[in-house]
Amino acid sequence: MTMERRLVIEPLTRIEGHARITIHRDRQGLVQEARLQVLERRGFEQFCLGRPFTEMPALTARICGICPVSHQLAAAAAGDQLLALEPPPAARRLRSLLALAQIIQSHALAFFHLSSPDLLLGWETPPERRHLFGLIAAEPELARAGIRLRQFGQDAIEAVAGQSIHGAWAVPGGGLHSLRVDGRDRIRDALPQARLDARFGLERYKQVLDRGGLADLEAIVSLKSLFLGLVGPEGQWCVQGGALRLIEADGRLQADQRPAGDYGQLLAEAEEPWSLMTFPYVRALGYPRGLYRVGPLARLNVCNQIGTAWAASELAEYRQRNGRIVLNAFASHQARLVEIVACLEAIEQLLEDPELLDPLVRHRASLNRLEAVGMGEAPRGTLFHHYRVNPDGLLEHVNLLVATGQNNLAMNRTITALARHHLDGLGTASIPEALLNRIEAGIRAFDPCLSCATHAAGQMALQVQLFDADGSLLAERRR
Amino acid sequence: MSGSGVKEGGVRLQIDGRALQVAEGSSLLQACHAAGISVPTLCFVEGLSVVGACRLCLVSVAGQPRPLAACTTAVGAGMVVETRNATLALLRQLGLELLFQEGNHVCAFCVASGSCELQSLAQQLGVDHLRYPAQRQQRRVDASHPRFLLDHNVCILCSRCVRVCAEIEGAQVWELAERGSATRLVAGLDQPWGSVDGCTSCGKCVQLCPTGALADKAWTTGERQVDASVAARLRPTRLEPVRLPAGWDTPDGMP
Ligand code: SF4
Ligand code: SF4
Ligand code: FES
Repeated sequence: MTMERRLVIEPLTRIEGHARITIHRDRQGLVQEARLQVLERRGFEQFCLGRPFTEMPALTARICGICPVSHQLAAAAAGDQLLALEPPPAARRLRSLLALAQIIQSHALAFFHLSSPDLLLGWETPPERRHLFGLIAAEPELARAGIRLRQFGQDAIEAVAGQSIHGAWAVPGGGLHSLRVDGRDRIRDALPQARLDARFGLERYKQVLDRGGLADLEAIVSLKSLFLGLVGPEGQWCVQGGALRLIEADGRLQADQRPAGDYGQLLAEAEEPWSLMTFPYVRALGYPRGLYRVGPLARLNVCNQIGTAWAASELAEYRQRNGRIVLNAFASHQARLVEIVACLEAIEQLLEDPELLDPLVRHRASLNRLEAVGMGEAPRGTLFHHYRVNPDGLLEHVNLLVATGQNNLAMNRTITALARHHLDGLGTASIPEALLNRIEAGIRAFDPCLSCATHAAGQMALQVQLFDADGSLLAERRR
Repeated sequence: MSGSGVKEGGVRLQIDGRALQVAEGSSLLQACHAAGISVPTLCFVEGLSVVGACRLCLVSVAGQPRPLAACTTAVGAGMVVETRNATLALLRQLGLELLFQEGNHVCAFCVASGSCELQSLAQQLGVDHLRYPAQRQQRRVDASHPRFLLDHNVCILCSRCVRVCAEIEGAQVWELAERGSATRLVAGLDQPWGSVDGCTSCGKCVQLCPTGALADKAWTTGERQVDASVAARLRPTRLEPVRLPAGWDTPDGMP
């Protein structure tokens, strides 16, 4: 990062619920950098200090409401380690089931509700029609499939964790209660329709790609970065209970089969004066060279294969279209669909596993360690919960590394690339409407957990500002 | 308040329009219970001494300028008592709100959620918001005991733990220290609970705590399990003399 910047965060100019993007020009009038200004999350970590670690699954699930299950699972995994035990087999399977179901419901929301209006109705459709309701009017079948898939994920979560209205199902040592036969059967009965819906989404999306879909933007948003994700012992795609793999943009391994506790050796967090959020990077490469990404794109990049038939063939097709290591942020949409398939098949396998219904779902122990890192794959990427407790079990240090934070740097780079493409050489200091659309699409590709980006219906509220090298505001556009 | 043998004739009074007769020396709360009328309470536990700390059991007595706490007021001949009216409802709501406002209650991750007397009274009495902003005092959790923890954030200073420990267990671990809004529960000589030698780890205080303030460390959110019969069993423990079976010796030094 160069020195030539005017760096102020102006919370007052932020519109509530809007994604605020500032674009900064250098002395030559060219775009130097664009920044997505994100509200921080730190207050939350402060809030946990002094609390018993046993509260963390419920506490983090309530406060990060966008993917509560993922936080619950990471907190429980950290709790297992503080107790120095491994949960019983049934609990490990049920936790996987929850993680898979959470990914389905979140990806269904991201693809069908939030992104497909852009992808299927086309970027140039006026924003007032380019939203979920516009999609329902234009493609009712597809909209319905998305709604059903999301419901499938929610119902599966409910079948496992539903009875625990007070607090979280996942707890240090396992889970609160076992899965009942009727709960399992409910999930099983809903699977065939879910498969049809996933197939429909995939087919429809491939038609868009075949027509050339996003090809014009691919080169612009292709970004060299490292990729981080969990893999199983054979390097296979995995969302719970795996180990870390970190690869470079050309596929070379940076690190493999590393446990959660190594995250601090692999990653570090930089700070920027203009942002309250941190910028995680790969420690070995330094900041900002150690730019890395997590999420669907990263998971499909780091894994060798997916262990189930249909997902394996979708992965092969995806790689044929996009390459073995995919750098183009927009491929995340297809990656989400491939992952929905992988999750459905993994759930199907779990439902056949006789251990799934075993009544023993919790092991008990008292505090045996003072520091632990829990991790798992959340829909948006690898999630880390790092706790340190005092000998009484009260939290002294909490660090949550969430996917949106880890993708922060990559999101800014993507927006910067789009801004350069649209603004450099424009001659005037204005912000064309097309740039707003592209920025929205760029942000959506990452599916960040920002309230501005997760409204189930409707376009993203945006505020884009253009500054010159000495920091004066040249143009602003909102919607 | 203890010793409630029915005396000749007893006392006649009227509660919520119903005439009844109860033993002299009974409290208004006992009279209400005898008549099958429920009155909200938080600090009261049958079998323990009565402190009148929570003011939820307020009732109106004709001729009295202010409502009175039913648990600490003795019945009087000819009293005309009302347990339900708009003023009482408001006062009880305010009393509950002040308890919430003073502490740091977040039911969403509290061990007691679903089994909490404070929470269920709030639901019953229609407390769904606070008129005054929460104080957000900085309070601590004492987790020094190997089995239990004390979360000062949700302690409502009802003193049930103080009384059960002193009066039933005979250990006298707990005491309320300081005055007014600085009042807090202390263990031993204001030391970490885990370092109080006198604590027998019997868990009676945990069983009787109406909120999530005293909890077993093994419980996570919403997992508090209290045995409702504990409170009921305390009454005979305290009120009836214990007779050792024939042939048993009293330990040395005990009467
Ligand atoms: S003590 Fe009761 S009212 Fe307070 S937070 Fe816990 S459950 Fe809620
Ligand atoms: S710890 Fe529980 S029983 Fe003791 S005073 Fe506080 S609220 Fe009452
Ligand atoms: S029950 Fe009477 S004052 Fe608490």
